[in-house]
Amino acid sequence: MRNALTIAGREVRSYFSSPVAYVLLAAFLALAGYFFYALLTAFNQALALYSMMRNPEALQRFNLNEMVVRPLLHNMSVLLIFIIPALTMRLFPEEKRSGTYELLLTSPVRIGEIVAGKFLGGLVLVTLMVALSGIFGFILSRYGNPEIPMMLSGYFGLFLMAVAFLAIGTLISSFTDNVVVAYVGTLFALLVLYTIGWLGETLSGFWGSVVRYLSVTDHFQELTKGVIDTKNLVYFATILIVSLFLTHRSVESVRWR
Amino acid sequence: MIEVTNLSKRYGDVTAVQDVSFTAAPGEILGFLGPNGAGKTTTLRIITGFLPATAGTVRVCGFDVFEQSAEVRRRIGYLPENPPLYNDMTVVPYLRFAGKLHGLGRGELGAALDRVVEACGLSAVTGRLLGHLSKGYRQRVGLAQALLHEPEVLILDEPTNGLDPGQIRDMLAFIRSLGAQRTIMLSTHILSQVLSACHKVVIINDGRVVLEAPLGDLTRDRSLEDVYTQAISGGLAAAEAVV
Repeated sequence: MRNALTIAGREVRSYFSSPVAYVLLAAFLALAGYFFYALLTAFNQALALYSMMRNPEALQRFNLNEMVVRPLLHNMSVLLIFIIPALTMRLFPEEKRSGTYELLLTSPVRIGEIVAGKFLGGLVLVTLMVALSGIFGFILSRYGNPEIPMMLSGYFGLFLMAVAFLAIGTLISSFTDNVVVAYVGTLFALLVLYTIGWLGETLSGFWGSVVRYLSVTDHFQELTKGVIDTKNLVYFATILIVSLFLTHRSVESVRWR
Repeated sequence: MIEVTNLSKRYGDVTAVQDVSFTAAPGEILGFLGPNGAGKTTTLRIITGFLPATAGTVRVCGFDVFEQSAEVRRRIGYLPENPPLYNDMTVVPYLRFAGKLHGLGRGELGAALDRVVEACGLSAVTGRLLGHLSKGYRQRVGLAQALLHEPEVLILDEPTNGLDPGQIRDMLAFIRSLGAQRTIMLSTHILSQVLSACHKVVIINDGRVVLEAPLGDLTRDRSLEDVYTQAISGGLAAAEAVV
């Protein structure tokens, strides 16, 4: 475990000693901030319009969670599809390219520790990213009255999704020594996972339910509704565990005869 | 010590190393010679446990590289052909990182760091980014990394690669000074380096060992260059005739 933390620490330092961390965080937060502003402006305009029409029934239906928080979380989850691969693409390829992979693999370090270190390094950045995006929730709760538990559940969902994406990205980066291949491979996998639910709407029976279960969007949507169900937690935990297990196998495979 | 027995490595249809055997005793500096592409790096990578062998065994300090890999990795210091440096780190944090990976505790790390920085002549560059160092310094940082945990066995893949003549002389003198306490194996394709640093020579060509002999016997009545040329061109039979 000590070795895993050593590797994670180096990983985090490397993110922050290069522009990588700053660029990724800035891009994510700037775009999310723009979405937030656009959603909030639309909400205010609609509110003003309905108030003018003095329609109490319509006003009742106005809900900050439905009209701002959930769409914002949804938009941020789409951003993650593009940002997370950029964060994971260098984890293994850079080591393989620079020859430092030889240092890692010839040190008395277990492969599990290498994988855990890489993942934890990324996890620090992902956690920071989701935490910083909490500013939008904070602003809303300060100046409006969103349902806080529902919002927290949504942010929790966003975090779980980011962690699952991170694990997938770690796995795919372990396959290659090329950052472009790692980026596009991860982007592809995440997009498939994100959109596979679309098939679920047309398929029925067994395959329909399989596809619906695999869809990351469905599980995420439930969390943004404030429903924290074991089923959803199991889903994200499964992605995490399976991805990291396969990463372990993939790194170990260089030692197979 | 290092014992390599009938080692083979194949990549698909390509045979990189074929039935290689040799030994290096404690306190011995073994020069591993051969033309480019002869299989030197592959052999060293197998000894360090970075690559698995297709067949054969390697024992380091009595431990099997494949079966007891962790024990072997604890006892080896390895300088790969390209020094394994993170270009975005400075010298001291990098060496700390390498030391921690090799199991050095907080207390030992400081002393080990001072020792290798001094021994490898790095005190002038401790705060510099590795990516900004010259080839000579990169090589020395790589060597410092391999020495931090005082390994019993040192594997150096072309340690003088890219150094200028003065640096080569210093590096070889340094390696000689290390040799008393440990087993060192260094690969090179420059014969004079073997003469000035090594006790024993193993020549490899086309993935096969064509010669294994103590340097003293070998160069008693002929130059190492003659021996090498004959071993490489004549193959196994000629080399045996030489010995």
